[in-house]
Amino acid sequence: MKPFLSMNAIHKKFGNVNALEDAEFHLAKGEVHALLGVNGAGKSTLMKILSGVYEQDKGDIVLEGKRIRLRSPKIAKEHGIYCVYQEVDTAIIPELSVAENIMLDTIATGKNLFVSMPKLYEEARNALKELQVETISLQQAAFKLSLAEKQLVLIARALVSSAKIIIFDEPTAPLSIHESNKLFSVIHKLKDRGVGCVFISHRLPEVFEISDRITVMRDGKLVQTYNTADAEQETIIESMLGASFSEEQKKRNNTLGEILFQVEGLSDNHKLKNLSFTVSEGEIVGIVGLVGAGKTELAKALFGIEPLRKGMVELSGRSINVRHPVEAINAGIALIPEERRKEGLFVHESLQTNASFPNLKKFSRLLFMNKRAEKSFAKDIIHRLQIKTNDTDTPLVHLSGGNQQKVVIGKWMSLDSKLYLFDEPTKGVDIGAKADIFKLIRELAESGKGCLYFSSEIHEAIGISDRILVIYNGQIVKEFSREDATQERILLYASGGKEE
Amino acid sequence: MQAVEKKNKVKESGIQFLYKYGAIALLLVIILYFSSISEAFFTYGNFTDILRSISIVTLLAIGVTFTLVVGGFDLSVGSTMSLSTVVTASLMVWYEMPLWLVLILPILIGVLVGLLNSFLIVVIGIPDLLATLSMMYIVAGFHRTYTEGYSIYNNMPLTSGGNAPGQLSEAFLWIGQGRMLGLPVPVWIMLVMVLLAYVVLHHTRWGRVLYMTGGNAEAATLSGVNIRKVKCASYVISGVFASMAGILFTARVGSGQIDAGAPLLMEAVAAVFVGYSVLGAGKPNAIGTFFGAAVIGILLNGLTILNLPYYAFDIIKGGVLVSALAVTYVYAKKRFTQT
Repeated sequence: MKPFLSMNAIHKKFGNVNALEDAEFHLAKGEVHALLGVNGAGKSTLMKILSGVYEQDKGDIVLEGKRIRLRSPKIAKEHGIYCVYQEVDTAIIPELSVAENIMLDTIATGKNLFVSMPKLYEEARNALKELQVETISLQQAAFKLSLAEKQLVLIARALVSSAKIIIFDEPTAPLSIHESNKLFSVIHKLKDRGVGCVFISHRLPEVFEISDRITVMRDGKLVQTYNTADAEQETIIESMLGASFSEEQKKRNNTLGEILFQVEGLSDNHKLKNLSFTVSEGEIVGIVGLVGAGKTELAKALFGIEPLRKGMVELSGRSINVRHPVEAINAGIALIPEERRKEGLFVHESLQTNASFPNLKKFSRLLFMNKRAEKSFAKDIIHRLQIKTNDTDTPLVHLSGGNQQKVVIGKWMSLDSKLYLFDEPTKGVDIGAKADIFKLIRELAESGKGCLYFSSEIHEAIGISDRILVIYNGQIVKEFSREDATQERILLYASGGKEE
Repeated sequence: MQAVEKKNKVKESGIQFLYKYGAIALLLVIILYFSSISEAFFTYGNFTDILRSISIVTLLAIGVTFTLVVGGFDLSVGSTMSLSTVVTASLMVWYEMPLWLVLILPILIGVLVGLLNSFLIVVIGIPDLLATLSMMYIVAGFHRTYTEGYSIYNNMPLTSGGNAPGQLSEAFLWIGQGRMLGLPVPVWIMLVMVLLAYVVLHHTRWGRVLYMTGGNAEAATLSGVNIRKVKCASYVISGVFASMAGILFTARVGSGQIDAGAPLLMEAVAAVFVGYSVLGAGKPNAIGTFFGAAVIGILLNGLTILNLPYYAFDIIKGGVLVSALAVTYVYAKKRFTQT
């Protein structure tokens, strides 16, 4: 394929860290090109350079044979380079109508002082028609749209501005399977129009489904570009990791103890309907469902963040009624929340301060903090969880996502909780750290703790869980033992189907 | 390319330096400058004067520090201090109450203002700046209504006819005007309170909870903190410090001046923000607040020696606040973009 866009010998430094070192990337007209790499490989930085957010220190970008400088997102857009970010809300104006949002660039930078509404609606309608998503109403306010629909609005916006390149940065992460499929059909439409699409994702199956070529990055460099048709998943994973990787699914000798945790007839005010299940000592129970099925709601309800309407909860044979996280923690429940930076950490504080926080009483005498005890505990969890950092005083912002996640888990270790709720613990975590986290969860179970593992990554849940409960639309629709669980069967129930 | 990089590095380390040692460097520069132009400046007597003059602002500023630590803000401290000033004086001059009540009742008023603030902010959910701005006016209105617009002094004539029966007692005035071990009593009170705030904020469990609530309220909640209680506590602490400042002001001046606290609000806020950049704390802290108050106090003292008209002082105070804010926010922006 003849390159339409070439990024050559791109260098970018942040402070002393080389984010990109001699990176390159080539995109042909009308192709879907997947960009893969573990966290920190440099793919986001490279795409931010392409969309004008950062400027490279060295190297050049050639578009249609001409060298271009992308000094700002605005200039990038003028060259026809658009980006559909994962956080779509940053690009949508909630109070404006769908049509106005689609036509935002024209309204904002158009030459005419007056905007002709009928014309604007017509152009917006044409864009949606071209993408074959006319089901979205042009008049409604954008804040009423679902996430997936907002993405489509952004794509339509790029389309009316005659985009040549659209970058999709993990677009499917928050989408349901159905919504993802819709997005893929839209991407196919874009392809037909000759738009070059860059597709960043952590989900290999969909990468193989949608892309024409795959480029793998590692340590700020291009490793290799493959034709998707000739590539194999194992090869891709190996080149992402730089080493061969066999998914370690060690059989644990799971000796289950007594029933630790029992939930009966649990309902909340909107999502959860009549949920009942148990967790035994030493057991890892997977709660698997697609995004929006009610997993996070359940985790939050069990931890006392969202109120419950009905139901009985028993921990260690004692009935508990948690109305605030304080009560959940006192009862012996720990939560590793989904949004780690927002809900789990104090990112500008040190590892030490983060680790001791849930149990300050243990690290203080009378009222006074015992900083030596804090430090030795922090060192202990660095060692136990294999957190890659040199000291206990660095603010957590300097740690990678995987290491941050380990801190979120480690901070509960001083409390010796009985039940651990893991809400999507591997989200945005690279494969190396994932293996460590799985090992950690297994160790917790082996020491007699109960674990609830909430996830939409089905194969990961199968790997870690002793038992899997499939949740769909706020209800548990199926239970699988580890032996019976397969990706296909779970997916069937998770998307609302039933076996004959 | 390399030249640009080098220039950036110089710029970056400049900001770093300003952020870490800015307040202290500024303090030294001011001291050196005033010492060089006035012999009266660098004397023990003048320094105890300065310390005494900042004692009231420092108390006020410590209260504001506590609310900033939890991620809030308290604009009502000036008015609360004014109310406490006139109430303290009136308790003695109008009602001839015993000293212990004279000291306790204003503190309770501070607690009450703090509770009202937290009710508006925590329960109703009004943003802190707006809630405390409204409270600032309400409390100020109360204090003027209470005195019918007059300042309160010994045996003042009353609007109902006759003279007030009481006077400010000697024991009470000692709090504001006496000396102990070579330092004025207000300076001792200030030093003890700064030390107390420092120990609480940096060496106790409570301090940790306060800072974490300010750092990430959601994560604090999920780690088992009841952030409503924590916020409420910090506004109450702020109200109590403002009341103490009011009592001290009455004892210092010897009368219940009306609107005593209003002009001090700005100075207190400036002190806290100058304090952000003491030793690179990067967050509100007790020692920094004390330094901030000292910087402003020394500056105003020096300008008085220079005979600058008092009505120009606000320009200087505002300038100090803006510079402190600039350093803080430029640094915050850098920290943000790096991550």
